[in-house]
Amino acid sequence: MNYFETDLTKLHNQLVNKEISSVELTKETITNIKATEPAVDAFITIAEEEALAQAKAIDQQGIDPNSLFSGIPVAIKDNILTKNILTTAGSKMLHNFKPIFDATVVEKLNNAGAVMVGKANMDEFAMGSTSKTSYYKMSKNAWDQTKVPGGSSGGSATAVAAGEVIASLGTDTGGSVRQPAAFNGIVGFKPTYGRVSRWGVIAFASSLDQVGHLTRTVRDNAAMLNVLAGFDYRDQTTSTREVPDFTANLNGDIKGMKIALPKEYLGQGVSAGVCETVLAAAKQFEALGATVEEVSLPHSKYGVAAYYIIGSAEASSNLQRFDGIRYGFRAQDVKNLNDLYIKTRSQGFGDEVKRRIMLGTFSLSAGSYDAFFKKAAQIRTLMIQDFDKVFNDYDLIIGPSAPSVAFGMDYKPEDPAELYMYDVLTIPANLAGLPAISVNAGFSEGLPVGLHIIGKAFAEDTVYRAAYAFEQTTQLFKQVPNLGGQN
Amino acid sequence: MAETELTREEVRHVAGLAMLEFSDQELDYFKEQLDDIMNLIDVLNEVDTTDVPATFTVTENRNILRADEGINAEQKDELLARAPESENGLIKVPAIINESAGAK
Amino acid sequence: MNFETTIGLEVHVEMKTNSKAFSPSPVAYGAEVNANTNVIDWGYPGVLPQANKGAIEFGMRAALALNAEITSETHWDRKNYFYPDNPKAYQITEHDNPIGRNGYLEIEVNGETKRIGIRELHVEEDAGKNTHNPNGYSYVDLNRQGTPLIEIVSEADITSPDEAYAYLEALRQTIQFTGISDVKMEEGSMRVDANLSVRPIGQKEFGVKTELKNLNSFNYVRKGLEFEAKRQVQVLLGGGEIKQETRRYDEATGTTILMRVKEGAEDYRYFPEPDLAPLTIDDAWIAKVQAELPEGAKARRQRYVNELGIEAYDAEVITQTLEMSDFFDATVAAGADAKRTANYLMGDVNAYMNDKKVELQDTDLTPAHLAGMINLIEDGTISTKQAKKVFKAIMEGEEPVAYVEKNGLKQLSDPSILQPVIDGVLDANEQSIEDFKNGKDRAVGFLVGAIMKQTKGQANPNVVNELLMASLNAR
Repeated sequence: MNYFETDLTKLHNQLVNKEISSVELTKETITNIKATEPAVDAFITIAEEEALAQAKAIDQQGIDPNSLFSGIPVAIKDNILTKNILTTAGSKMLHNFKPIFDATVVEKLNNAGAVMVGKANMDEFAMGSTSKTSYYKMSKNAWDQTKVPGGSSGGSATAVAAGEVIASLGTDTGGSVRQPAAFNGIVGFKPTYGRVSRWGVIAFASSLDQVGHLTRTVRDNAAMLNVLAGFDYRDQTTSTREVPDFTANLNGDIKGMKIALPKEYLGQGVSAGVCETVLAAAKQFEALGATVEEVSLPHSKYGVAAYYIIGSAEASSNLQRFDGIRYGFRAQDVKNLNDLYIKTRSQGFGDEVKRRIMLGTFSLSAGSYDAFFKKAAQIRTLMIQDFDKVFNDYDLIIGPSAPSVAFGMDYKPEDPAELYMYDVLTIPANLAGLPAISVNAGFSEGLPVGLHIIGKAFAEDTVYRAAYAFEQTTQLFKQVPNLGGQN
Repeated sequence: MAETELTREEVRHVAGLAMLEFSDQELDYFKEQLDDIMNLIDVLNEVDTTDVPATFTVTENRNILRADEGINAEQKDELLARAPESENGLIKVPAIINESAGAK
Repeated sequence: MNFETTIGLEVHVEMKTNSKAFSPSPVAYGAEVNANTNVIDWGYPGVLPQANKGAIEFGMRAALALNAEITSETHWDRKNYFYPDNPKAYQITEHDNPIGRNGYLEIEVNGETKRIGIRELHVEEDAGKNTHNPNGYSYVDLNRQGTPLIEIVSEADITSPDEAYAYLEALRQTIQFTGISDVKMEEGSMRVDANLSVRPIGQKEFGVKTELKNLNSFNYVRKGLEFEAKRQVQVLLGGGEIKQETRRYDEATGTTILMRVKEGAEDYRYFPEPDLAPLTIDDAWIAKVQAELPEGAKARRQRYVNELGIEAYDAEVITQTLEMSDFFDATVAAGADAKRTANYLMGDVNAYMNDKKVELQDTDLTPAHLAGMINLIEDGTISTKQAKKVFKAIMEGEEPVAYVEKNGLKQLSDPSILQPVIDGVLDANEQSIEDFKNGKDRAVGFLVGAIMKQTKGQANPNVVNELLMASLNAR
């Protein structure tokens, strides 16, 4: 079976009412994944045996009527640790790495009764916006297999969009959940920094990383955050705030909500089709009783540069542990320790990762720190202040999730900086640690266009309310890709 | 052309800090890549950041600390099993040439 | 030309918390290799540090004991370098805002008191241990990885190897009395790096300094610095120049040997640790730690002399170690006479420890037992002679009152029992009474001897004397 015409609540009821067992559901899911994979290549690992064992155990315990995820198959991005199941982060460096423990988010999904069916493909160490930097395979866009799925959580996005699973986990450091969600016409969410634990998530940039998640509908997405959110003593940056029921206020009513549309988000470089779609979405919000006004986030244009310095600097340090000594890939025929370090890292990392390590190392090196790393951290402050000003008067900020629709697999920007510009819209939410969602807002050139909604810190519920009201009006989630040859 | 351009020596030095090695051809490639990014980053100099505090984290947490209780995870065997080389409970590495005695 | 010497010391002290600085693994000396390690200590993908409150508070203790200002807003930093004993390839430390600044320590050299400034104190994590094997491989044990350290950096106020020695002695004692570390050079829980430079007297600028490593005892620090000062002076007098370099002290030859020349500062690419929340240390927290801070050695000595009437020299001896001083305090608190307690600790207890080659905490003696025995002596229940036996017993963990009872070591002090015995002895020795009345004092000695014989030596001599005199005068 595929997940095109169902949602969590419907599936949950079927499971509770024993119309289907978790084992049956899991088997059908895996059958469908196997049939669909040749077209989309969303998975690095399909954990068939483990998934069936998990489903069997849940059937034996009985489906938990109070847990929406009880017995439901999900996919996990391959940089999130799954105990004894290959976790590669899309890198040759971890080609043989089977973790000793589950990430907190995996543990929480397990406790909720979810069944982990596979590990989703991704850009190497989550660095990229196409999923093409994966050492293992190239995932394809669910709507057009000649187009990229976006990245870095491209496999997670495609798996949901292609109906392989109902929900998946991704990670979002600069837009890595929201941009592929936009390219695939699904819902992708990045929570407030600290809302969800990073324990067990292979770090890219620690001050920017958050686990995000992808679903077909907004309600399913909010329900998943209910499972994932909360303080974790193993991640001392997680918030101790109470976790509300994020599905509680999804009623379509957004009358009186004040929405800001920054002029910088529809500027140069954003395609006409994307602009039109987002402006139409703004009209839609007004029709629902919200106000939409143009504002300015004057430091937006500096976001990408600040992001690449901060993200690369943190990454250069986080990725130093991959040295061939304690786990993972180790280069052969080395002369001494230094040779082991250099050969392992030079052979184990791909070019994109090396590029960021080089940039990050340079930014932190003696003589560069103030002009690069510190400067970027100061720009970050100015960007946060921009947001604070707007959020004094508005509840939400909207814009496009990406400046274009999904581009061709073979599209090769001459300049990596050009590709980096695809992060320009999503990065500010990471730098400021704000919650943000991408929902499908329509189509341009036959491909989905993502609407991006950013909220105040820890106001995920407001983001979900607006996204839900919008989705219920457009009913776009009912449009699904035609993958041909599929059951 | 980037305003900030690195020399080949600088690129080699940075690679050394990062424990990476490049062939001459790769070095040219990475130098070009870095110069392009530098070009992008030069826009930051348009912004006057005098007296602007730096933001290094957006966590609102302060003083989130673990109570001082020792817990043995008993992970030694699993950890050693994943090490490319080990012997008698120790991690084995090619000879270390430089000396170090504890934390620096 | 005459030269003066400038010395700065960097001391790393391992703190004896229950768990590591950033992981819950136990901190223990001498465990089986890699037994006290977990995924955090191994720098696994996906792990995050978990900062230990105990390590921070121990760091605050050290800062307070060294009269330093506690930094109110602080955060952790990463110091990046590749080494097999440093699995993350960064050490978590405090680079920007160390926990303490501007402290000092008073030392005494040749009867003069001098204040040595302490520039800063950092809490950080220790590295693991590498061992090198001639087979072409090195081996890594990560048990020590993550053990909390406090790094104590002195100002360059030290002007001689003797002052350096005195500083280290004073520092060792001060830290030991905070209770945060055993501060044992031989176990590596105290490690010293020294910087030394010389300059012609009168020259304003400091000379070029060299760094000394492998200083495994205070004596070696002194010897190494003495050698290095002489070496530098020789080089300068010979027209040479001092290079910034790291030198190793060689114990066999008593010389320093070049390890490496420093080419500019090493590039550690420090930056704030994004995986941990910053710290705000307010006055209430400082006050709480201050309240938990054990009384320092100096304050204890003053108290012993002024309040307990202990001799200054004895007070010095008792405060040699925290254990001895704590034991003394606990024994006095249990009601024992302070002087007698001091005498026992410095005498019999010390002799026992030397004889058995054990530390005080490794014996079965408790303050309650020692106080119990001392009180039995004070109230006359046992004689000092009987106390010899009791002392042996309490060193083996016996409870003194029960031991005395069980072994019939009690002195007979009860007049209702002693009086009939005295009366009997007097009745049987009319001649002695006569002699007494005639002023022959020897008669008393004879009578006491007879009474002691009848009581099998258990009679309390003081009580016997008192009762006997009264009886003699009454006859």
